[in-house]
Amino acid sequence: MADVILKADNLYKHYPIKGGVLRTTVGHVKAVDGVSFELQRGETLGIVGESGCGKSTLGRVLMRLEEPTSGTVNFDGVDMYSQGGSAMRKLRRDIQIVFQDPYTSLNPRKTVGDIIGEPFEIHPDVVPKGGRKKAVQELLEMVGLNPEHINRYPHQFSGGQRQRIGIARGIALRPKVLICDEPVSALDVSVQAQVINLMEKLQDELGLSYIFIAHDLSVVRHISDRVGVMYLGRMVELGTEEEIYQRPTHPYTQALLSAVPVPDPTMRGKREQIVLTGDVPSPANPPSGCRFHTRCFKAQDRCKVDDPELVNRPDGAGEHRSACLFAEPRVIVETVDVSDVEVDTRFATTDVVDIDAFGDDEGVLPADATTVQQRSQVVGESEGPLDRPTDTTRLVDDEPAEHRDPRV
Amino acid sequence: MTTTTKSVAPASEYKPGADGRLLQVDDLYVEFHTAEGVAKAINGVSFDLRQGETLAILGESGSGKSVTAQAIMGILDMPPAVIPSGAIRYCGQDLLTMPDEQRRKIRGPEISMIFQDALSSLNPTFPVGWQIGEMFRQHRGMNKSDAYAQAVRLMERVAIPGAKDRVKNYPHQFSGGMRQRIMIAMAIALDPAVLIADEPTTALDVTVQAQIMALLAELQEERQMGLILITHDLGVVADVADRASVMYAGRIVAQAGIEDLYARPAHPYTRGLLESIPRLDQKGQTLAAIGGLPPNLTRIPPGCTFNPRCRMAQDICRTEEPALRVIGNQESRCHFAEEVLNG
Repeated sequence: MADVILKADNLYKHYPIKGGVLRTTVGHVKAVDGVSFELQRGETLGIVGESGCGKSTLGRVLMRLEEPTSGTVNFDGVDMYSQGGSAMRKLRRDIQIVFQDPYTSLNPRKTVGDIIGEPFEIHPDVVPKGGRKKAVQELLEMVGLNPEHINRYPHQFSGGQRQRIGIARGIALRPKVLICDEPVSALDVSVQAQVINLMEKLQDELGLSYIFIAHDLSVVRHISDRVGVMYLGRMVELGTEEEIYQRPTHPYTQALLSAVPVPDPTMRGKREQIVLTGDVPSPANPPSGCRFHTRCFKAQDRCKVDDPELVNRPDGAGEHRSACLFAEPRVIVETVDVSDVEVDTRFATTDVVDIDAFGDDEGVLPADATTVQQRSQVVGESEGPLDRPTDTTRLVDDEPAEHRDPRV
Repeated sequence: MTTTTKSVAPASEYKPGADGRLLQVDDLYVEFHTAEGVAKAINGVSFDLRQGETLAILGESGSGKSVTAQAIMGILDMPPAVIPSGAIRYCGQDLLTMPDEQRRKIRGPEISMIFQDALSSLNPTFPVGWQIGEMFRQHRGMNKSDAYAQAVRLMERVAIPGAKDRVKNYPHQFSGGMRQRIMIAMAIALDPAVLIADEPTTALDVTVQAQIMALLAELQEERQMGLILITHDLGVVADVADRASVMYAGRIVAQAGIEDLYARPAHPYTRGLLESIPRLDQKGQTLAAIGGLPPNLTRIPPGCTFNPRCRMAQDICRTEEPALRVIGNQESRCHFAEEVLNG
């Protein structure tokens, strides 16, 4: 068995629904309903699913931001939910979270230095008081922001830069596991790749393990080593990136994959489309048997009664875990292996950079044209698609782009 | 069902040009006058739309794609918005200079729009059937019960199960996908010739997105509408559009037929975007990112607006703004478009 850092066993999180005059519990929203998986050291486990499937709740329960209804999480040999106050606080150093929305997850009244330095206030023995400013500046550099901007406020940064601040806070205590809840879904297309590349670089440098929660199957394929697919509080399929994307055996995974548009107009009409009917049922009252049977194109009478377990089932080339009584592999996406293809870096860069020539809180153009040119040249000099710079000073670059017209 | 859907529409007084041209946006400028200065949201945008055609307007937030749509619909808040120059012609008539009364008769029966966020675009205090029926009461002078009957017919057309029973339900009683179907029902109620869909599936899950895009394609085919699809999603565009205009900082920087745009991009921004998106059908992909951020519209850089983020930028790019010019069978606003195209 490989080196498991986090193991979740039969996790449940049910929220009571109160009703009637006496506000008695009339039912439960079964947000997470029996989820088990393990996370290997240094790997990225992607969790995908549609809204309401329980993936964000799972992230919060894993952080112990919410107590689970039942189940255990073993973190690096320690049973997480049995830990008391101080032991738990100590454990939290090793498991941190990055939230989805960079606009609401940073306190607008605190400076970037306060926000990133807050973990050091809570865990004062990590960095001595005198060294904290320096530690924060190092973190800013690591995520590609200008360390001189330590006294700026969140509103002076753009969405992508704010997400970098969230990441800097997440890695401040050098955790072993970072839970990332939709970290790029609020970002513009051209900025998403910057943050994804940054996260990959940090993983290499710090040996982090990621739980990467997202609804975008393309992003998850790119970043994940293994992937779990969730539906109505359950994990319905779990396997390596290759198993899930090339040999999916669960009908829900197959339908999800077939619905993702591919940015290639020559594929139009050639891809197999499995159109699911209806909407996701309510997690307060999930269907009997297999939860997917109400929308499944393969459902038989048995599926309404028998609840299939997430166990290894043959996928054509081997086997991986799938919760379907009629699991069989089906090729949905014709995959092209591009690991040897060189990326054209004349138009975009694989470096972790953030060049922005505009804007300043004073409303003047701070970066004169020559600075911008020099910056571009520095970026342009690095060659080769996989040349990720190790010298972090070259990664620094940012200016705020505040005051953008929200209507535009 | 399809035969009855056409029956309520009276013959339109507007006829497309001989080439099937419905809409023509000509050198349009839109500015927002704010306390922080003048934000130049749209700077000389021109395009046209024909019957039965799907034109995608691709861009990131702040590129001006939604403002373009709002200018066509005539729903910009003015002030702070100002349209200093330009023309938007519908079947030859300029919408910007015609009297309000006449324009109101175009908005809905001729050109209509679907918004991104169906929940906040629908009125929470009225049943959905009442809101769909409003189109018929306002524009066709129908009475309440006839308008309700039309609402049921449209809800059936957009495949809302149990339309008859649900016509008096309120928006919050529907799921996100169903609410978007209701928006679509309202938009096609009066059989418009032009439909503008502003990020119609951005708030939806991927399986629901597939359903909605399939419905839109079907309706367009059935009615031969001109469809303007506004989105940032390169995947959706590849799936449905015939042509695309790529917007950046309020300008169209590239315009091409859909296959050329993806296979032979002629602008560094388009090429950069294509390099930077993860693809579902690729394994072991190295992502390349465009550095930096789109410019603040109150302080657009001199020269080419993309130059600070462009890895090919030369001196000329920092001083002279390139014009949108024809390269082969596409258009590009780049001094080095030939090199981008052939390189």
